[in-house]
Amino acid sequence: MTDDVQARIAETVNAHDVLLFMKGSPLFPQCGFSSRAIAILDHLGVEYGSVDVLQDQGIRQGIKQYSDWPTIPQLYVKGEFVGGSDIMMEMYETGELAELMQKAGVTAKAA
Amino acid sequence: MTTTATGPVAAEIRQRLVSALSPTQLVVTDDSAKHRGHAGHDSRGESHFTVEVESAAFVGLNRVARQRLVNRALADLLAERVHALAIRATAPGEE
Repeated sequence: MTDDVQARIAETVNAHDVLLFMKGSPLFPQCGFSSRAIAILDHLGVEYGSVDVLQDQGIRQGIKQYSDWPTIPQLYVKGEFVGGSDIMMEMYETGELAELMQKAGVTAKAA
Repeated sequence: MTTTATGPVAAEIRQRLVSALSPTQLVVTDDSAKHRGHAGHDSRGESHFTVEVESAAFVGLNRVARQRLVNRALADLLAERVHALAIRATAPGEE
């Protein structure tokens, strides 16, 4: 994998407080796990960016190296890798994810 | 609908996790039937799994580190054969 892709990923991750690498878009997720991740973020009501890995093979492979994580979706908050959809669901259910967002000072979407 | 997995891929998953993590509890569930016709579904079946693992190896590790241990033990299966794996990793005594 080229360093160029890794640099591009790092730049994107650091440009968003909350960023989800996913298959498809928030409106049209192309995978059940990505769909679940979006549902969680929408429930939390936070603003987030998303990257559709299906649109870019370089990122699709490169993100797995970047995070040392083999699957999509992947959630980043303030540049830190949080986890995939199982971890998001567990942390959502325990309230940890809301707490993490709050600590990170992530703003809620305007109602 | 889920079924307790008995196929060859499930057996391989079980064996890998037993040798990597010496689990005190291990349940491998084949969810493939729920994903029939969906991207990543494999006509051979055994494409989507859930594993519930309880192991002392997870003590003191956060969620990401626990799942990495599971993913590493199954890396080549995930790359080639298994499309999706849901993981529930607990240490003994945790709920």
